[in-house]
This record gives sequence, structure tokens and C-alpha cells, in this order.
Amino acid sequence: MPRDEKTLLRKFHEAKWDEQIIFEMSVPGERGILVREVEPSVSKKVGEVLDSIPLALRRKSPPKLPEINQMRVMRHFLHLSQETMGADLTIDISEGTCTMKYSPKVQEHVAARHPGIREIHPLQPAETIQGTLEIIYKLEQFLKEISGMDKFSFQPGGGAQAAYTAASVIRAYHASRGDTDRTETITTMFSHPCDAAGPATAGFKVVTLMPNEEGYVDVDAFKAALSDRTAAIFITNPEDTGIYNPRIDEFVRAAHKAGALCYYDQANANGMLGITRARDAGFDLCHFNLHKTFSVPHGSMGGAVGALGCTNDIAKYFPVPRVEFDRKKKAYFLDYDAPESIGKVRTFMGNVQSLVKSYTWIMQHGAQGLHEVAVCSVLNNQYMLKKLNEIPGVVVRYAPGKRRLEQVRYSWEKLKADTGVGTDDVMRRMADFGLQHYWTSHHPWVVPEPFTLEPCESYSKDDIDEYVAVFRQISKEAYENPEFVKNAPYNSVVHKVPNPSIDEPERIAVTWRQYLKKKEKAREGLATRQLTVEKTH
Amino acid sequence: MGSIVVSNTKKKLGLIVNPVAGIGGRVGLKGSDGASILDEAIQLGAIPESPQRASEALRVLARIKENIDLYCYPFDMGESEARECGFLPIVVGSIQRGHTTSEDTFRAAQEMRDIGTDLLLFAGGDGTARDIYRSVGRTLTVLGIPAGVKMHSAVFALNARNAGEAALTFLTDSDQAYVEEEVMDIDEASFRRGVVAAKLYGYLRVPQAQRYMQSAKSGGFQTEKQVIQGMASELASSIEKDCLSVYGPGTTTRDILAEFGLDKTLLGVDVILGDKIVARDVNEQELLDFLKAKKAKIVVTIIGQQGYIFGRGNQQISPKIIQRVGKDNILVVASKQKLASLQGRPLLVDTGNETVDAELRGYMRVITGYKDYVVYRVN
Repeated sequence: MPRDEKTLLRKFHEAKWDEQIIFEMSVPGERGILVREVEPSVSKKVGEVLDSIPLALRRKSPPKLPEINQMRVMRHFLHLSQETMGADLTIDISEGTCTMKYSPKVQEHVAARHPGIREIHPLQPAETIQGTLEIIYKLEQFLKEISGMDKFSFQPGGGAQAAYTAASVIRAYHASRGDTDRTETITTMFSHPCDAAGPATAGFKVVTLMPNEEGYVDVDAFKAALSDRTAAIFITNPEDTGIYNPRIDEFVRAAHKAGALCYYDQANANGMLGITRARDAGFDLCHFNLHKTFSVPHGSMGGAVGALGCTNDIAKYFPVPRVEFDRKKKAYFLDYDAPESIGKVRTFMGNVQSLVKSYTWIMQHGAQGLHEVAVCSVLNNQYMLKKLNEIPGVVVRYAPGKRRLEQVRYSWEKLKADTGVGTDDVMRRMADFGLQHYWTSHHPWVVPEPFTLEPCESYSKDDIDEYVAVFRQISKEAYENPEFVKNAPYNSVVHKVPNPSIDEPERIAVTWRQYLKKKEKAREGLATRQLTVEKTH
Repeated sequence: MGSIVVSNTKKKLGLIVNPVAGIGGRVGLKGSDGASILDEAIQLGAIPESPQRASEALRVLARIKENIDLYCYPFDMGESEARECGFLPIVVGSIQRGHTTSEDTFRAAQEMRDIGTDLLLFAGGDGTARDIYRSVGRTLTVLGIPAGVKMHSAVFALNARNAGEAALTFLTDSDQAYVEEEVMDIDEASFRRGVVAAKLYGYLRVPQAQRYMQSAKSGGFQTEKQVIQGMASELASSIEKDCLSVYGPGTTTRDILAEFGLDKTLLGVDVILGDKIVARDVNEQELLDFLKAKKAKIVVTIIGQQGYIFGRGNQQISPKIIQRVGKDNILVVASKQKLASLQGRPLLVDTGNETVDAELRGYMRVITGYKDYVVYRVN
């Protein structure tokens, strides 16, 4: 993929396979693996395997899975992988708030290939998995140091589950003090939506604070929202705009005064590592997304961890089991002895492989290295902000004269007003230069025509320059020939497709079975419509 | 997998240009309604904004002109603009050239509806929007190309080009989904004296290409319907059965009550007790009579883009009524999208009574869904 050294733009065309859905490839009787029958000596000893499953839970007919041989499966997924653009393929600055950093491949060697990790079973006795427990225990010590908190739980399988777990813990904390009227939590519009959704799922009422005209959270609105019904505040800082709440200490003080706890959403803490700590800012709980700041690949909704931390006052409500170290026996063990625990929020010990990857990443960096991560990601962001600000059509709203931390929510509102080319159009055009589409914003859009970028520490000046050059080019195209941009992409797997609303149950199928049913129904519907048309003519 | 069915049938687009819209703006006359103002503006050398704006929108639509039958009134009410942009318009109706009035707009809109146009584009301001509302109400989907001096109504696109884009999206989209937005206007006579008194006149159907609209809304993960259902559940759990509830005008309050199977008036104030509407479109006196017997709650939503919750379109809920019911019994409902569209500006009250306004000022809890609220500043 050559790059024009003057314009920094690449000639790019994505692989295009027009791949079938795997179910369409099915050939009845074709097999990937022939599973052997259980040997008589084994079945004699352990009995019939299916007998251990209650009758009501057993399928009467086999599942309708695709029947394909191994080689075709391999080809299929390699084709699909070539039609994607992710962190290891492109300059992935695009997913602001997701911290798409480079994950060194040595992590995979440890987490996915080391037999000590790969071949263990979650039900193995603790004394046989001492190495794994040691890694979990030590990772906890690292995160305690980084955040200032006293205890961590690695059970939550993502940031939202961490927020949910925190809300459950907070309720248990208040209940233990006989304080059962605290039924509300407070969050802000530019906090991550899980700071509203987590507590809501746990049964809390949620009060959201809107940004004022300068993009800040209005401290007076916060004080008006605060009452003896407030259980906790759930706040992301810096917010999604990249702006640090300069009055955060007032929020924390006011909340504590009202008897509420303070939860710091540090899902992406890239700009703060080794610089500030949640505990020092007065917070009672916090969480890190290990799949953001701590280098675990996002894994397409799998393999994530929302590492949840808290102070000693709250720790007794945390999920079980916890990994502890018995100094006498000099052994790690799983501690279930927590009578006030909220219980489990995930099976076994959570996503252990992810913990191993984060541990590896922290070990590679050391304390000084983590600090450097923060410095580099903030510096990269300042550089890119300056460069992007020079591009016609780009607007950066709010907090004039103030720096953003590690990410910025930009806006194409001027480009849209000037040319009719909006953020969705620019996003599609990016694919033609081999870049991942960018993330716009949570909904509803408060900043019009938004796009949110985060050039974390992994990217070089050259990477950022190339990335910015693409935006400059698209802006130029929009002012010269808006139609061209609006009909993009041209070099991607698919061309422009209509953007249906997710709320079209009759048109959208999320499983193959649904697809077949809806297709049949649509065919019937079409036949009826055609009949009607014929009749009217 | 999955194919897009493109309709081959031609779309019918109506076009109305109010040739004098915006004429008062540049010469500082705050509007162009009424013949004498018009003469004054022309004498001051004013040039109408609308022809140029209409052309700007049409140029976007010219991309699909082969698929559009464009209907318009003669000369400067649309024909000239259409021809300038390469359309071969079907000209209907007749006007007295150079002397068009609001009645021409009124007649034109009705004809466009009778022809069965898919969409009516109009270039003008609040006055034009009112004429169109008066003429066709909510029986036709329309979209305003902003060209007037006053544009308080939410039926206009952000600018002329975006009006064209929104129209194009609507005409090529199989759904042709629409929303209802406010038609508001201020009394021009008092406006010229420096007094702003906006009034809610009604609602027009506009395309749901909301990102293009001035009060920018965006398609979210939660649909409008889900938000309304959430608010309805919240209200159901916060209003006791034996308590009267006084619902102000607006699509939000109407849609919430529709969730309970109740058919609320769109522009009126209705009174609900238990699961029934006990009075529709009441005035202040009728409300006072109701309040004698029972305790009550007031449910209002934001009217217009400026963010009014009292004093615009719901004047029946007078200061006296508000005082009687009490601030604690006022429930404000609005979606987060609507609040976000205020861009940090406060909610407004203008009841006409300074004491009541002062009482309402400060911070209010707005119901945004089930167990979901925003605490927001009221000014």
C-alpha cells in the first residue's frame, strides 16, 4: 500500500470477498471434526454423560448449525478478517474513549499459549493454580497503587458491569447502615452512559446533569440534584469531551456531605496514569477498563474486564471469591468468607486471560513507563488537536482556551452548514484511505455532527500526520465536490448502504433463523402487494 | 444478502415560495407581515431573501430531478426558482404577479395537498408556516426553507441547503417518516415595539430527517416511542389515582396520554382523573373550578425551540393556577434529546406574573424516562 510522501495519502483498496453467511455455506453431512465415541472402558466408569443433564434441558433434535469442513471454515473467517479494519491493521485513532493502543503480542504468548494458563480448569483446586492466582493477586496490588484504592475485584466482565456491581455494592453499604431511602444516583450527560445504565439496572433512579453552554457540569445543578435520597454519584472525568471537570473536588465534597458515595469511572485512564489517583481526589470507588488503558484487546464484546476498586469501608460488600495470600502457608487461596458480600457477578474468577495480559503489559512498562504513557497520550492529543483545528470545517466546542486531556470530541457542524457534508459522510469516506471509521458520540448528540478521537501513546508523529492528512483531504473534497464525499466509500468492502434505524424489527434480523422467517414473510408481503397493484390497474 | 428496493415511481414535490419573506429583515423592520410594512420595506430598498434560498435548496434536489414531478405556483411563487434550477415544473393556480398575499400561500398549500404531493417545500418565515398550517394542518408533510425574518417555528431546516438535503432524503426514503413540530409566531406589531410574545399556533408534519433540523435531534438507541413509554410509566407511578392531572399542550403530553389509550387535544389543556379525560381544551376559569374540589398535578412539556415550559402556548395554566397547584406538583416532561437541543440554555418561564416566575426559577427536575430525570436550570 504505497504512500504519497507529499500528501501522506495512501492508495488503498480493501479486500472484497462478497462472502456468504456461514449458514448459506452449509452442506448437509459435511464435517469439520469427527468426534469419537466414548470408549467403553470410560463410559463404564463415568456412566452415560448425558445422564447428568436433566431431561427437560436436553435437546430433542440437534441444533441447526452449519455443516462445513475445516478448510472452508478457515477460508471463510480469513476472508472476513481481511474485510475488517482494526487496531492491528490501521492507524486506529478513531475510537475515542476506547483507547485503541497497540497490544504487544508477547501478551498473547503468555495468556493464550502458555500451558499454565491455557490448560487450567476453573474448578481446579487452588493449590494447583498458584501461578495464576499469583498473577491475579499481584495485578490487584498494581491497580491499588495506581488508584490509591484498598481492594479490587476483577469479576465484572466490562465497564458497564463494573458500574452495575458498584451500584449493588453501594446499596449494600447504605443498607448496612439502615439507610434504605437512598434510591437515586447522579451522573452527567458526558459521562459514559454505563454510569446511568449500571445503577438503573441495579434498580436506582438516575438523575443526569446536562452540560452548560461552556460544556461544563453545572455545580449548582448538581447541588440542586443532591439530597438525602442520593446514594452515589457516578462520574467520568475527564468527560467524553476530553475536558477535565475543574470543580470535581466541590462535587466530591458536596456528595460526601450529603451522605452519598462517589464513584469515579476511569474506564479510560490513559491521561492520568501516575499523575492523579481516584482515592486522592476523594472518591470511594473507581473502575478501570483493562481492555482500554491496560492494553487488553477489546475482543469484540468478549474478554473484557471492568476492574472495580474501592476503599476498605466498602470492600466487605465486594463479590466473592477474592484472591488472597496466606502468609503463614505462603500460598494464594480463593476467599469466600465474606458474609456481607453481594455475591457473584460472573462465573468463576472472570476473564482470567485478560488479567494475564494486563499484568504482562504493566510489567513491561514499570511505574515510570506508565507515567510516560499518560504524558505521551496527552501530548499526542494536543498535537493532533492543533493540526485538526487548522482544517476547514472542524469545530471544537466548549471550554475556550482550556486544554483537553487524552481525547477530544470534535464537530463537523461548520462543514455540514457550509457543504452539506456531515459526520456520517466523512466517516464513510475515511475507509477509502484505509482508516477505520471513527466513533461519533453517545446518543443523543449534544455536540452536533460529532466525532471523538483519541491518539493514545502508541501512535507516532508520522501516524498522526497521516491521519490528519486524510481529514484535510476529505474536508477539501467536501468544499470542492460534496457529492463525491456523500457517496463514499469507493474502495471499501461495500459501497454506501442506507442507514436503517435499529428499530425496524420487520427488516432487521440478528439471527439466521429470524432472517429466514422474515425473508419468507417479506416474500408473502411482496406477493400480496403485487396482487393489489395488479387489481387496481 | 439483503437488497434495496428502489421505487421507480416518480415523487411529487410541492413548492411554495413566499416572494416577500425576509424582506423586512435587512432593513430592520422585524417581519414582513402586512401590506404597509411591505411597501415600507421596498421603499427602504429591501430585497427578498426567499427566491435565492429556495434556489439553494432546489439545486440539491436537482440531483434527482428526473424522479420528481415538481408542482408550483406561477412566477416568483416558485416557478422562476424551479426553472432556474433546471426543473420543468407543473405550474398550477394563478396569482397577481408582484402582489401576492398570504391567501395565495393558503390556496397553493391546499392545491398541493389535493394533488397528493409527497412533500411540500416552502420558503418563508413564521408567517408563511402559519398560513400553511391554517391551510392544510397536519394532513401533509411539509418542510420550511428558512427565509423569513422570524423563525421561531421548529418546522424549518438549519439552512436552505440542508432543507434540500432533508427533502432529498425524505423523497428517496421508503419510510417517509415524519414528526410533528411547532408552528409558532410572535405578534409582529408588539415585536416592533420591542415586546416578544410568541404564541403556539399548531403543529406541522415535517420529515424525520432530524439531524438536518434546526433543533438538531439524532437517532438514538432509544426510540422516541420508548422514551414516551418510559415517561408514561414514570407518570403512572407518580400521580395518585384520586389526583387530578392537568396536561398542557404538545406532542409529548399527547403521546404520553395515548399510551394510556387517551386521546388528548394537541393544542389544548386537558384534565385527567384516574384513567379518564374529564375535560378537554379547558380555559383558566374551568381549571379553577376543577381545582376547588381536588388536589392536582400539572404536567407540561417544552414548547418551542427557545425552551419555554410556561407562558408559550399554555397560557390557560395561568399564574393563579400554578400558585394553587404549587411548584412541587408541577411535573415537567421532556426527552433528553429535546433538552440537549437547548445547547445549555435554560428552560424559560414567562407566566406574566413576576412572583410566580420567580418561584419557578432555579432548578427543576425534568422527567426524561422511567426512573430517569434531568435536573435543569429554569430562568
